[in-house]
Formats: sequence, structure tokens, C-alpha cells
Amino acid sequence: MMVDRIPSGTRDVLPDEMGELRAMTDRIRGVFDAAGFGEVYTPALEYEQTFARANISGARPAYRVFDEHGTVLVLRPDMTVPVARLVATRYAQAEPPLRFCYVAHAYRGVRPQRGQSRELLQAGVELIGVPGAAGTAEVLGILCATLDAAGLQNYRVGLGDAALYPSLLEAFGVTAASRELILTELAAGDFVGVDREVHSLGLADADAELLLRLARTRGGPDVLEGESEALRAALGGMREVHERVSPEVAQRIIYDLGLVRSLGYYTGAVFQVYDPAYGVPLGNGGRYDELLGTFGRSLPAVGFALNVERLHIALTGEERRRTGVRNR
Amino acid sequence: MSDLRIAVPRGALFGHTLDLLDRIGLDTREVRDNDRKLLFEDSGIVTMRPSDVPTYVEAGAADLGITGKDVLMEQSEREVYELVDLGYGRCRMVLAGVAGEDLAQEALRRLGVVRIATKYPRIAARHFLETGRQAEIVEVKGSVELAPLTGLVEAIVDLTATGTTLRENGLVIREEIAVCTARLIANPVAHKLRAATIDGLLERINAV
Repeated sequence: MMVDRIPSGTRDVLPDEMGELRAMTDRIRGVFDAAGFGEVYTPALEYEQTFARANISGARPAYRVFDEHGTVLVLRPDMTVPVARLVATRYAQAEPPLRFCYVAHAYRGVRPQRGQSRELLQAGVELIGVPGAAGTAEVLGILCATLDAAGLQNYRVGLGDAALYPSLLEAFGVTAASRELILTELAAGDFVGVDREVHSLGLADADAELLLRLARTRGGPDVLEGESEALRAALGGMREVHERVSPEVAQRIIYDLGLVRSLGYYTGAVFQVYDPAYGVPLGNGGRYDELLGTFGRSLPAVGFALNVERLHIALTGEERRRTGVRNR
Repeated sequence: MSDLRIAVPRGALFGHTLDLLDRIGLDTREVRDNDRKLLFEDSGIVTMRPSDVPTYVEAGAADLGITGKDVLMEQSEREVYELVDLGYGRCRMVLAGVAGEDLAQEALRRLGVVRIATKYPRIAARHFLETGRQAEIVEVKGSVELAPLTGLVEAIVDLTATGTTLRENGLVIREEIAVCTARLIANPVAHKLRAATIDGLLERINAV
């Protein structure tokens, strides 16, 4: 029998699952709305030019089509860049801060046979015009409220600083080429590679030891103390965020000094969401203070995007664990 | 001990890996006494083929795993953290051909492309790409040494510990591609959520 297939990495959603996903996104929208974030929708198709402008090393457009004039259009790989474009064009004169949210699909390329999604549903917010720790802390609060509303009980949020490790390398006089190499190894989680590269730099023992230790340092707020004056100063931004978030949010945070950017446009705080019931991160976010400037409206910004299907998988996993099913 | 689940490779790395786990305080007697059982709840050990270790660790079905660098190189797209070079299980990934005239060189010079048999198609393809030579990769599942002897290919890319099997089949090493040792890998989420437990285990590993 001939069966009409759908592309790998895409899927049909049937009523039972759709009902659960809908209930979850309704609860999430409730949180966004209560926090004063207005929902926007942008076209799934944008000009390639729009994404070329943003410095994206993580999610590049994977699908391109030509319009009737021969101009290249792409399916958006995330919502942050379209919202940045929207702010610069539709809110060019508006008084900041601006608060937007979305529940929308993004499109990514997949590696074969890996069960990755070409089309993923993202729920997220963008807070524009609130700089530094104040903006970051507000968004972290909404992130945790969103995860609570989704029904997750055991989630944690990793908080790092995309500027920390690069600036430390620079302060130690590491060349740009070596910095890039080390950051790539670190982002990939290749600690053996980080060790090898750092040792090959010929730094003072104490400096090399510090770089290797920071790459692995993650835990409670005590990791933000820093034993030297310079390190303490470098951790000031993260400490300020810690001081501003509520105690409930603070206890969810894993302060992670080795967490570096996965998307090229992050400039400061970066976050990643984890749940013990699922082996992959549920979402991420961070500060992107330079991105809006590339669209002509220079404003600091911070946001997050959660993968709704992964939230659903993690929720199912948590429920299964609570009811005592052993496998994980 | 902890409730971490550790993926342990059966095969060449098995003995050394169990010795290491013994030294850091895991009880591996049940694993040693049991050839067919795969899941050992008491010690948190699961056993599998080395090439399956990254699959289980990436998905979080195991928190930690031990496998060869050759496996990690071949499956370089896996999102796992590589924590420690454990040092044992040292092998070399090499390009080898039949002793005597270098048929691979000859093929490259006269035909522009060399045929390579391997169980590591991605490592082989990358090596030839990076050295600016064209290669046609033929993937085989076992006894790679047979391929050049029968004229299927001009050379092979394979892992060798002592070189004995190559020598016995009349093959010689032409190039060394990489040195591979056993690595400890971790699921990225477990590495954040179970930081204290994993770091404690790392300390014990580094101490032995």
C-alpha cells in the first residue's frame, strides 16, 4: 500500500496531545499576559537579509525559497530576530520599555536520524529597553512563573554570563584565534579539549588553573564570591542578578561560570532550562544588547524561548516519576 | 555510592573500566560475574557496545558513560560533555595499506581518487578532506583488513592497538590519524543538575 509520508522531523498532532499542548500554552499565555507582555505574531517567512544582519552562529535559517521577484525568503529559525526587527520598524518611536511575547513555530535544519524537529513550537518573551540586572531579573522571574504554570516541579535554570569567559581570556592576553577555539570547545562541552588548549597557551600556572576551574564551576550563589579582586569584579553582573531575583527564583538557579553563548548574539546573561526528567535543555535565553542596534534602534534587550514540546515531554516524565515508574 | 547511572562499554575497554570503577568505590562484582545481564541497579551500571554509549548518555538514559575517543570522533555531532581523558585503552587510528608499493598514492596520482574501507566512515572522510585528497569511502562492518587484500580498496582506515592484526595480514601503517584513549562523558543536563555528585566522582577518578 502506498502511504503518503511527511518530512522527517515534522509530525501530525492528534486531539489527545493537542488538548494537552493547548492547555499548557493557555496557562503560559496567562503568565505572559499577567506580566504585561503583549503577544505578537510575525511572518513565518522573512527576507534572508533580516537574518543575515543578526550575528547568529547557533540557529541559521535552514529553508530558503524564492519569491516571485527572485528575492530569497527564509523560514524563521527563531523568534528573537523577527521581534527585534518588529521593534525597530513598528515601534521606532515608542518609549521603552517594551514587552512582547509569542507562542509561534520556528524552523531548524536537522541532522539525519536524530529525531530532531524541523518545526518547533516556541513560547517566549522579549523585554526591550530594561538594561542590566534589572531586566535580566524580571525575565528570570517570568521564566520561572512560566515553568511553574507549565506544571513542572523540578526544573532548574542555569545562569551564566556570555561575557565572563571571553573577557577573562582577553585579560590573560590570549589571542583572538585561541579564544575562539577555547570558547568553541567550551560551548561543545569538550573539557578535555579546553584543558589541552589552555595548557598549550603557556600562561602562568595560576591563570591556567583559574580558567580550567571556572569552566567547571556551577552551583549555588557561593560560586559568585570569587577569591580574587579581579574575579569578584568580573562576577559583579551575575551577583547583581542574584540580589534582585526573588528567593523562590534564586533557589531554582544554578550559577554556571562555564556557560557560554550558544547563539552568537548574546552579550551578557545567558540562561538554559533543565529538568531531571528529560536529558536535553527545555529552552534558553539571555541578554542581546547589540542585536536591536543592527536593526537601527539601539536598545538593550533580554528574553527567553521555551520549546513547548520538550516542556510537555518533561512534564510527562515528571508525572511518571511521581507515580513511581522506575525508568527515566 | 550515588544514584548516577553509568554506561560501561563491553569489549576492549571493559576490564580497565571495571577496575577504575572498583578503585573509586563502586562494587562491580555483580557485573563481573554476569556476562548476559545488562542493567545493574545496585551499582548504577549499564553495559553496552562502546558505540552505543554516546546514544544513551546524550538522551539522559545514562548520566555518565565511558567510551573510546574513536567512538566520539565518529559520532562528533552527539551532544555530550567530554569530561576526562582516562588514559587507558590507548589505540591509534591509522591509514594502512598492503606492504610494498603504496597503492593508495598510485591511485591518487593516476586516478585522482583513492578507495578506502573502514568502520569509521566519518573519521576517514574528514581525514581525507582535511588533507586535501579525494577518497571514496566504503563502509564495512568487520574484518576491514580483508578489503585491500581482495582489491576492494587500496587502503583502510582502522583502529589498531599493537599493529599485530595489520602485520599478520601483510598491511603496513602509512599515516597516523589520531591517538584514541578512553573518555568519561556526561549528559549535559545531568552535568548541571548533579554537579556535586559528578564532581565528587571526578575527584576520586583524578585521585587514583
